[in-house]
Amino acid sequence: MTSITPEELIGPVQASPERRYRQWLIAIVVATLLVIYPVLYHHFLSNVATNWLPTMSTAFGIAAFTVMGLGLNFVVGYAGLLDLGYVAFYATGAYVAGWLGSQQFAQVTVNVGGTGFKGASGIHLNPWLIILIAAVFSALIGVVIGIPTLRLRGDYLAIVTLGFGEIIPQFVRNGDNLGGFNLTNGSFGLNGIDGLGFGNTLHRWFHFLPANFLNEADATWYYWSALLLVGLAIGASILLRDSRLGRAWVAIREDEDAAGAMGVPLMRTKTLAYLIGAFWGGAAGCMITLASSSTSPQAFSLQVSIFVLCMVILGGMGNVWGVALGGALLAYINYQGLYAAGNTFNNVFNSNVQIPEYSYLIYGILIVSFMLLRPEGLIPSARRRLELHEEEDETQAELAETAPA
Amino acid sequence: MTASPTAVQAPPDLLIETRALRKEFGGLVAVADVDFELVRQSISSVIGPNGAGKTTFFNMLTGAYTPTSGEIIFDGNDVAGLSQHKITELGIGRTFQNIRLFGTMTSLENVLVGMHCRLRSGVLRSVFRSPVQRREEREARDRARQLLAYCGLPRHAENEYAHHLAYGDQRRLEVARALATQPKLLLLDEPTAGMNPQETRAFIDFVRKARDELGLTVLLIEHDMKVIVEVSERVTVLDYGQKIAEGLASEVVADERVREAYLGKQAVG
Repeated sequence: MTSITPEELIGPVQASPERRYRQWLIAIVVATLLVIYPVLYHHFLSNVATNWLPTMSTAFGIAAFTVMGLGLNFVVGYAGLLDLGYVAFYATGAYVAGWLGSQQFAQVTVNVGGTGFKGASGIHLNPWLIILIAAVFSALIGVVIGIPTLRLRGDYLAIVTLGFGEIIPQFVRNGDNLGGFNLTNGSFGLNGIDGLGFGNTLHRWFHFLPANFLNEADATWYYWSALLLVGLAIGASILLRDSRLGRAWVAIREDEDAAGAMGVPLMRTKTLAYLIGAFWGGAAGCMITLASSSTSPQAFSLQVSIFVLCMVILGGMGNVWGVALGGALLAYINYQGLYAAGNTFNNVFNSNVQIPEYSYLIYGILIVSFMLLRPEGLIPSARRRLELHEEEDETQAELAETAPA
Repeated sequence: MTASPTAVQAPPDLLIETRALRKEFGGLVAVADVDFELVRQSISSVIGPNGAGKTTFFNMLTGAYTPTSGEIIFDGNDVAGLSQHKITELGIGRTFQNIRLFGTMTSLENVLVGMHCRLRSGVLRSVFRSPVQRREEREARDRARQLLAYCGLPRHAENEYAHHLAYGDQRRLEVARALATQPKLLLLDEPTAGMNPQETRAFIDFVRKARDELGLTVLLIEHDMKVIVEVSERVTVLDYGQKIAEGLASEVVADERVREAYLGKQAVG
């Protein structure tokens, strides 16, 4: 076996200036392409293989779920806390969207730059404000869930988070009569939620900003909105990774006791990871709900948690770009890829197989193959690769040492 | 007979003092009512056969374990039962018996984690890269580099993953990381384990130098008698969780009970 130097295995730790320059160049080109994707799609690509290319609403879904993947990456990828109940934050974000942008609380009439009719009863805030509030509220819920659970480690933590992922939907399902007060509308969920948009007020001030994206020709603005969230989440991921807090997370992931002994406050640091993860989960959940105009407890199944976790693992735990790519890929497969594959398959073989029906089988195969063939994910973080390959590395080092000089 | 106030010897300036410190695990008494004290800027050792409770004793001082009973007075505060990071912040730094570096972090990052409790930037400052945060980060990196050099790590080790460092460098990095917490008391758990005589020699000199230059108080757990006699001013001997002897290294080594604990009764008798 040929020996591998650490540099070959994981690349230089400090990117050389040229490498860094190239990385930035790639990032800018990709970002530009993503932003102008709707234009490309409409003017050049829609006649070619439309079937496979993500439509605008698929693109929106992809971007929104990518934000969730990036959020979970703070918890699982950075701090190494296995969270199987991430859907809880999707739920809180979704319900904040409903509370602050529908007629759920018809007792009051509040309208602050909303997208709905001016005199409509209920609370109607500007969708962007709702998203911000939803994110902050979810972050608070994250702290509330985190404080009792984050004392646990490893598998135990995973099981308790799994429990919270179930508790929140149950609470929502039964929250239609809290001492006579209808908070969640039970299993019917919240309906008639205001659409995503800039709101009538902002539209009057700046005409190019649509009041309600629902009135636009297609989902381009939805996509751009979600893409903005992706950009913000990626920015936050990178900036926090390279900070005092990011280092503390990795230290906890590596060796919790040693991190504590070195002065890292464990509970506080882990809770912060949870809080920030919940922030993005809530923001994404809120945006998805505003776009779909309704939400209900059925939407918050364990599958969503697992799905988002798969994004993180598939992409490359702890690596922002990997998670973004993995998230986008899985969401694409989920929204459109399977249908497209099914259609193509049926056309070619002149068959009538409902490929999307086998979605979980296909995800399962995908995950198992990834874990076997490329456990570090699509674009692994240097650290993760080192972890997963350190045994091979050690064996080689031992072989080299025992070899006669 | 009353001595005049001037004749009373000034009490030694203690950095840490334990009173009847005790730790039980179920029925097992790992550390039994140990009274112990350390004079500021001294170098002392805790010795004892395997399983004597030395590491448990260390773990109580650093807050990894909560004592079953007893007091730990560190620098005027009762720290018994405080969480680890609070104790670290008050000024107790440590290394581990089996090296416990953050393997997939670079040497520099390991030291920066040690500085965690001395840095202030939180989420918002980091996300917005405020000038305060950037200056703090720059200064922290500079200080971390100085510490690495101080502890004798080669220049190129800075960006090397801790996992890839040579064994001796890993030991040095552990000390650098502990020093990064700016301790008043440095606890070294078997620091020379696995070192050859030259490395051990250099390490002893380093500990003395660090004590003098940084004003440290050092407490070691050690097995190597040569190191113990050479470096420690005082030695405390634990056996079955009890303190069985204490004093100057040369006295303690000659103590019958200590020899008994190490060699067994018959060998001495």
